[in-house]
Amino acid sequence: MKTTTLISIGLGLAIVAALLIMPLYMARYSLYILSMWAVMTIAAIGLNLTLGYAGQISLAQGAFVGIGAYAAGILTTAHGWPLLSVLPLAALLCFVIGWGLGYPALRVQHHYLAFVTLAFSTLAFLIFRNEEWLTKGVYGIENIKRPIIFGWNTFRPLPFYYLCLAALAVTTALTWWIVHSPWGRAFLALRENPLRAQSLGIDTRRYTLMAFAIGSAFGGVSGVFYAPLVEFIEPGAFTLALSLNILLMVIVGGSGFFFGPFVGALIAVLLPEWLRFTKGYYLILYAVLVMILLVYSPKGILGFIEGWLADRRTRRASATRAAAEPSLRAETQS
Amino acid sequence: MSNFINLLIAGLATGAIYAIIAIGFTLLWQTSQTINFAQGEFVMVPAFFILAVLNLGVPFWLAILAGFAISAVVLGVLFKKMLVDPMLRHGVLPLAIATMALSIAMKESVKEFYSAEAQPFPSIIPAGSIDIFGVAVSLQSVGVLVAAIAGVIVLNLLLNGTSLGHQMQATAQNPSVARIIGIPVERMIMLTFLINAALVTFAALLVTPIYLAKFSSGEVLGLSAFIAAIVGGFNQVRGAIVGGLLLGVVDNLAAAYVSTQYRGAFPLLLLIVIILFRPEGLVGRTEERKV
Repeated sequence: MKTTTLISIGLGLAIVAALLIMPLYMARYSLYILSMWAVMTIAAIGLNLTLGYAGQISLAQGAFVGIGAYAAGILTTAHGWPLLSVLPLAALLCFVIGWGLGYPALRVQHHYLAFVTLAFSTLAFLIFRNEEWLTKGVYGIENIKRPIIFGWNTFRPLPFYYLCLAALAVTTALTWWIVHSPWGRAFLALRENPLRAQSLGIDTRRYTLMAFAIGSAFGGVSGVFYAPLVEFIEPGAFTLALSLNILLMVIVGGSGFFFGPFVGALIAVLLPEWLRFTKGYYLILYAVLVMILLVYSPKGILGFIEGWLADRRTRRASATRAAAEPSLRAETQS
Repeated sequence: MSNFINLLIAGLATGAIYAIIAIGFTLLWQTSQTINFAQGEFVMVPAFFILAVLNLGVPFWLAILAGFAISAVVLGVLFKKMLVDPMLRHGVLPLAIATMALSIAMKESVKEFYSAEAQPFPSIIPAGSIDIFGVAVSLQSVGVLVAAIAGVIVLNLLLNGTSLGHQMQATAQNPSVARIIGIPVERMIMLTFLINAALVTFAALLVTPIYLAKFSSGEVLGLSAFIAAIVGGFNQVRGAIVGGLLLGVVDNLAAAYVSTQYRGAFPLLLLIVIILFRPEGLVGRTEERKV
């Protein structure tokens, strides 16, 4: 096995171990932050499928998180559903709405698509705010309970963190499967060259809709865990700002990289904590850092690292070649 | 009836402002493939430039001139040199996302360095009302409408009536051919950025007395301008005008006669319908797709 593969496997195991063991020694607030990272990563993974793999920009992921969160909030508080039974319903609901949102994507691309999804995001916010009979409007939904799963009580921060982590693990495995299936390859073909993909016999129509639907369903799943994590939801949490935030997570981490959303969400969730001493200036700093990153590496942090590694590899290869050359010459001469 | 006429004129006035913002937006897209998601913040910020200069105790007209000058440097030259030029080679989407980050930076900067509260802003149009067909109409609305139309006419004269305007149009239509026939393409692109800076400052002068100067006011303005540009037709200046006026009227009438709660929804529905059934816009041309 190659050393790089071994290093990646070792690094992966170390990170998983850290995610499992470190929280045992963490305070309540740190656990909350880490749980938020897991939940946001799920939403960002979904958007990465739509944007990074299939190349369809969406500014509506925050709205799907909102739909999932409201489904969880309404059904668990008013109707006494267990949280895990809301999960398939919310995912299905977002899948269907996402499929519908994909239709404009069939007709228009890029910036037009950004605006259609932006419009959808604002419409969803208006519905959350105005349909008081359903969502309680600006008062929001309080007392969203964390679930008891087969007798395992997740009321306390630590068990709930493990629940979020488990959800993230399942999502990751599912995404891995999708990306490495024929679907994933079709998504990539769609991103790289839609017309060529079509001429190769890929049903671009169906795959575009699919990319939107699956990405949106992940947003819904993220929302289902978001609601009991914060225990109180109101429309203001699901404005365009959230969609923009999730989009920046995908871009900053590295759009189209499998682990991009993990890195991007980590930065978006942790940076406000690290930059707390800067008080209100944090968002300015974040936005400026994002712009600088984009100028130097539009493929995000993982794109930057990949470029750096590739650069080092070619340099080392040419160094080996240069070192090998004289001996070769010596051999031919003798 | 008098109510309807008032709503119509107020709608046309806001629509004319949207049109001005949308024209700048489409100009940037045409000459340099820049989708400026910060266009709304570009209207919000000049108002604060002017307020900051006013605070130094200078007269209003001088503050306005200073506002135009600062906007030209910051929103024209610096925006192009520091963000658009280095980002352009990465493609349309990364640049669009960079302008989203820019909009966050501008909003938060105004909030932190100036104020989070809405600021009153002096009007260049006197208060009061005038009589049109026996109906008392707010002078503010009429004044904004007249000023905006005058602005559009001046811009049209510049674009269609002067050699400079023709060079700019050639640059927008085909940069490589324009370069071959000796048009200074780079300078023309820079000129579009300066015109955009002037347009947003002009829009700020018209709109801020009505809605006050606030760090968040760019969100609605930007969104409305995007919608106006798309509804009218993204690649046409007259598209932006048609889209802007239509949007202003639809917005005002729907808010008054259908639902105030869902006021923000009507322009969005209009946008979705247009994109689904006439994606090139009401008066736009279809853009060709390249393999």
